[in-house]
Amino acid sequence: MQDVRKVYGSGGTEVVALDHATITVGDDEMVALVGPSGSGKTTLLSIAGGLLSPTEGEVHVGPHQITEYDRKELTRFRREFVGFVFQGANLVPFLTAKENLLIAADLAGRKGKTADKRAETLLDELGLAQRMGNTPSALSGGEKQRVAIGRALMNEPELVLFDEPTSALDTKLGEQVMDLIRKEVKGRGTAAIVVTHDSRMTHFADRTVEITDGRLVA
Amino acid sequence: MKLAWKELIRRPSRFLTAGGALTLIVILLLLLGGLLDGLYLSATAAIRAQSANVIVYSADSRDSLIRSKIDSETRARIEAVDGVESVAGFGVVLLGAQVPGQSELADVALFGYEAANAKVPAPLPTGRVYADRTLEDEGVKLGDTLLLGPAGTPVTVEGWVEDTSFLFQGGLWGNADTWRGVLEANRPDQVLAPGTFQALLVTPHLGVSDQEIADAIDAAVPGVNALTKQEAILALPGVSQQSSTFASIIGVTFVVAGLVIALFFALVTLERVGLFGVLKAIGASSRTLAAGLAVQALLIAAGAFALGGALTFALARAIPPEVPVQLLPKRAVFTAVGIVATALIGSAISFRRIVRIDPASAVGGS
Repeated sequence: MQDVRKVYGSGGTEVVALDHATITVGDDEMVALVGPSGSGKTTLLSIAGGLLSPTEGEVHVGPHQITEYDRKELTRFRREFVGFVFQGANLVPFLTAKENLLIAADLAGRKGKTADKRAETLLDELGLAQRMGNTPSALSGGEKQRVAIGRALMNEPELVLFDEPTSALDTKLGEQVMDLIRKEVKGRGTAAIVVTHDSRMTHFADRTVEITDGRLVA
Repeated sequence: MKLAWKELIRRPSRFLTAGGALTLIVILLLLLGGLLDGLYLSATAAIRAQSANVIVYSADSRDSLIRSKIDSETRARIEAVDGVESVAGFGVVLLGAQVPGQSELADVALFGYEAANAKVPAPLPTGRVYADRTLEDEGVKLGDTLLLGPAGTPVTVEGWVEDTSFLFQGGLWGNADTWRGVLEANRPDQVLAPGTFQALLVTPHLGVSDQEIADAIDAAVPGVNALTKQEAILALPGVSQQSSTFASIIGVTFVVAGLVIALFFALVTLERVGLFGVLKAIGASSRTLAAGLAVQALLIAAGAFALGGALTFALARAIPPEVPVQLLPKRAVFTAVGIVATALIGSAISFRRIVRIDPASAVGGS
C-alpha cells in the first residue's frame, strides 16, 4: 500500500481518515494493526480488502493493482483473493457450519467434491469436525469465530483481513483463536492484517503497526 | 440462489405471513374470476351457442333481441346480399314455467329456431322442445310437460342440451311454430306474423369474413343492423358492464397482492441489511442477492397459487348452484401468471435497496 490517502466528505466538512499511509505486508507475514477508535484502522482494512477505494495512492495485492478497479472488479477481487473475518463472526444463521464455508466457494464458482472436501479439511483443522452440521445458534462464540476463519480461508486467498476477531471472546478463547489464526496463516503463506485494540493479542503477530489520526507508526 | 432456496426450506415460518396473505388473495381472485366467468357464460350461452357468426337485428331495436322484428320481405333482401350462404330465423320469449310436481315457477327462455347450432340439434316437431340441463335444478325431468306463461301453453321436454341459457334463464328450444304459438297465447302485444322473426342468423360464404358480411348487409338492406357474434354478446343487457366491473375489482386485487409482496420484501431486506453487507463483502454481487429475493418471491407466489387453487376448488363444491361460479382452466392460468408476475414486480421494489447496501458496512462498528 503506497502513499494512500482517504478523505470522507468534501469542502468544509472534509475528514481525513487515512493520511499518506504506506505499508507492505509480506507473503506469509502477520501484521497487527492497533490504534484507538476513529484512528483509521477500519478504513485501512477496508481499502486493503477492496471494500473502499482510496482517494489517492496505490494498493497492490499480490499481482493485482486494485486502485483503478470498478465496483464489479472489486467484487470479483474480494470473492477470489481476499478472506474476511468480521467482528461478530457474521455467519449465515440458517446454514450449517460446513454450508457457511461452502457459500464462499459457491460465490467464486467453485463447486462439487473438491470444495466439499476442502470445507471438511478446514473445519477439521479448526477443531470443528464434530460441529460441521450445526447451525450458528448451536455454536459457542469461539466456535462461530473459528467457522468464520474457515470461511475466510476457503478460497485460498492471498490476503486475509481480521476485524477485531477476538473482541467478543474472553482472554483464553481469544488467545486460542489468535494462535489458530497464526497457524493457519503461516502454514499457507498467506498475508494477514489483524485489527485489534487488545494489546494482549499483538504478540501473536510478526510485527505491530500503530495508527493514530490516520498516520501509521511502525 | 441456493441461499434463497435454503432459507425458504429451513425458515418457512418467516414466509408464512406473506404466503398466507397471498394464498387468501389467490382464493379471492379465483372466486371473483369464477363468478365473472359464470355470470358471463350464463348470460350469453344462447348467443355463443350459435354456429352462425353474424346476427341481424332491426335497426329500431337498438340491438336487443327481444325488441327486434324482421319480416320475410327484409329476410329475402338479406338472403340476396352477395356473400350470404344461409339465413335462419331466431326468436326468444322469457316466461315462467310450471314444472310438474313443483310449486315454484321456473324461469325459462323459449327459443324458436330453424337450424341446428353448435349446441342444439335441428328443431323437434311443434309442441316438443329440448331443455337446458340447468333446468334439472328446477325439477324438470325428461318427458315432463311444462306449462308456459299465464296461458299455460304446454310443451314437452324431449331431450337435454347444455350451456344454452339466456340472461340466466334456462333455455327451451322449439321450432318456429312452437315459439310463435307461445308468443301468441302469452304476449298478445308481441304477436309476430308467420315468417317474421326477431333476429336472423347469417352464415357467410367460405372466405368472407364476419365483419365484411355484416358491413355488406348494413349497406344493402335499410332498417337492419348486422352484428358479429362478439358484438351481439356485448350488446346483451348488463354483460359489458358486468365484465368491466369485475375486471376492475380483479385489477385492484392484483395491486393489493403486489403491495403485500412489496411491503414484505422491503421489511425482509431491511432485516437483512447486515447479512447482505457481509455477503457483499465476501464477494456476492447485488445481482446474486436480488436474484435470490426474486426466486423467493416467485416460489412464495407459486406455493400460494397451488394452495389457494386447491382450497378454491374445495370451496367451490360448497357453493350453492344458484351462484353461477365457473372455474375455468383459462382463468386459473391467467391468475397464476398474474400472481407470479405481481410478486416479481413487488419484490423488485427492494432491488434498489440491495444495490445501495455498502459492503464496507460489514467492517467496523459492532
